[in-house]
Amino acid sequence: MSAQEIRNYTMNFGPQHPAAHGVLRLVLEMDGETVVRADPHIGLLHRGTEKLAESKPFNQSIGYMDRLDYVSMMCNEHAYVRAIETLLGIEAPLRAQYIRTMFDEITRILNHLMWVGSNALDLGAMAVFLYAFREREELMDCYEAVSGARMHATYYRPGGVYRDLPGKMSQYRESPWHKGKDLKRLNAWREGSMLDFLDAFTADFSKKVDEYEELLTENRIWKQRTVGIGVVSPEMAQQWGMTGVMLRGSGIAWDLRKKQPYAKYADVDFDIPVGVNGDCYDRYLVRIEEMRQSNRIIKQCADWLRANPGPVMVENFKVAPPRREAMKEDMEALIHHFKLFTEGYGVPAGETYCAVEAPKGEFGCYLVSDGANKPFRVHLRAPGFAHLSSMDVLVRGHMLADAVAVIGTYDLVFGEVDR
Amino acid sequence: MSDTKTNSLVERLAARFGDKLTVSVSHGAVTAVVEAANLLAVATALRDEAGFRFSELVDLCGVDYLGYGQTEWDTTDVSGNGFSRGVEGEALGRFTWADRPREVSIPNRYASVFHLLSIELNQRLRVRVFCADNDLPVVPSLTGIWPGVNWFERESFDLFGIIYEGHPDLRRILTDYGFVGHPFRKDFPLIGNVEVRYDPEQKRVIYEPVSIEPRVLVPRVIRDDADLMQAKAEAADHWREN
Repeated sequence: MSAQEIRNYTMNFGPQHPAAHGVLRLVLEMDGETVVRADPHIGLLHRGTEKLAESKPFNQSIGYMDRLDYVSMMCNEHAYVRAIETLLGIEAPLRAQYIRTMFDEITRILNHLMWVGSNALDLGAMAVFLYAFREREELMDCYEAVSGARMHATYYRPGGVYRDLPGKMSQYRESPWHKGKDLKRLNAWREGSMLDFLDAFTADFSKKVDEYEELLTENRIWKQRTVGIGVVSPEMAQQWGMTGVMLRGSGIAWDLRKKQPYAKYADVDFDIPVGVNGDCYDRYLVRIEEMRQSNRIIKQCADWLRANPGPVMVENFKVAPPRREAMKEDMEALIHHFKLFTEGYGVPAGETYCAVEAPKGEFGCYLVSDGANKPFRVHLRAPGFAHLSSMDVLVRGHMLADAVAVIGTYDLVFGEVDR
Repeated sequence: MSDTKTNSLVERLAARFGDKLTVSVSHGAVTAVVEAANLLAVATALRDEAGFRFSELVDLCGVDYLGYGQTEWDTTDVSGNGFSRGVEGEALGRFTWADRPREVSIPNRYASVFHLLSIELNQRLRVRVFCADNDLPVVPSLTGIWPGVNWFERESFDLFGIIYEGHPDLRRILTDYGFVGHPFRKDFPLIGNVEVRYDPEQKRVIYEPVSIEPRVLVPRVIRDDADLMQAKAEAADHWREN
């Protein structure tokens, strides 16, 4: 028999693969089960957010920010809103800054819950997903309580937040799906205000994190799939522009909340977890610990907010709308309202780059204004975009199944990668 | 960054690079403008030398300065003819492909802007490189210095048509396979050029010229920001101490 010719072959992973987290098309060159080269094709969800933002007054683009990384909505808004505030030279009132800090952390928990659930699902553990979505539901209710929307909140505005925290939480009504003891349990936390609800949530949440850990941390299969997979050295992490958990998992204690504090992070107490080996397992541990730390921050912010009522928006009517009652009587207020919602406000010419520590890494907004009521150029620095670009280097030599673990560990959301 | 830190970075940049960099400070951030010819040497020094240590390139993007400072709202020669009469000019994408501005000659139309971060020294720096030629904007690629810039340069090439010389794999990244044009250029219409649909007769997806009309909802306006300053001063009395 003649010698067989063995060749590498190319395969398409996605864009319709469930583990591709949306719309990643990954062209893999395989040598048997081993990946020789990976070429991610992105842009299938490209909507031109940055160009659209150039055609609208500043405030009308806040809603687009939610739709970038659609599992950490308010963190994206925060970067954009901070950039506008920097150029305007205004600062949100103290209470608004605490609210932003609190909601950034609620968002972080939302994001990490989504991550731990879906990543475990990718690697073969179904149950975690169901557990994680139970708590996501509670936090989504907080989004809904302040903004009316469960996901795309548009809650942060230049100069503060749209309105103060609500005095009461909406309750579940009796239905074929929620009744009897179940209904009582769901509504037990929702008797009082949103802050009461968050108190109950934070008191309970660390037990819930224990449950996820119970399912995964010592799980043999989980460890086999993640320990030693996708190892990122500290040098590599910096070369490839990695931020957030990808950097901390490799042992670099870099967190914008500590190093370049914004909102009220300098005034709350929390720790930065770091990994040792820089593999998928360490990054999992870092994310789990971050949820516990976020829980601590939420608790501290909720306590502060309860004790310190005050304004949540600047009284600068060029930027923030006047009160409804004022508009009924005051001509000036009516004019301000009309101008703000038709023309918007001009932002002084200049440029700035403002970044926040989003759950996935550094989410930055580079804003250039020429003094008009619309941005001249907005560039959004998405952490997932930088992370995914290192895919080829990281996945080379791994098995096909590990490519899934690596995609998972990046915590990709294509809304922000493609923009 | 605190003021002292910003100032010391500015001093170090001036001492090390002299007139190779034009350094300015705004909103607490340092911006350096460098010529394309000096870019690679400066970038390598910024990454490696003590006092800079910019180990990470966090962001790179293109900017098209066409139409900078241009408005669509001109009320000087308008009397009582109403809102839409004031809207003049076709700024920023509000035109069709056929009517796109073709005669454009502004110096330094394209720039490539990148943001550096030093984890060791906790400092940031923005660097801007202008492209000398508007018809063929070329900038040296930074992939040899920070490999992570690869996709950022591909994106900038895709959206602005800036060519990064020395890039190992300068393909389009965000737009469709076979896309024509560079959509984030200011002379590219916001509504695009082609639209796509499934044609049941030909039983395939077809491309057609766009059928929608470009229109303005809110005109682009630049106002004297004196009223903004006044409002800011009023707000400062009220809430800053709070």
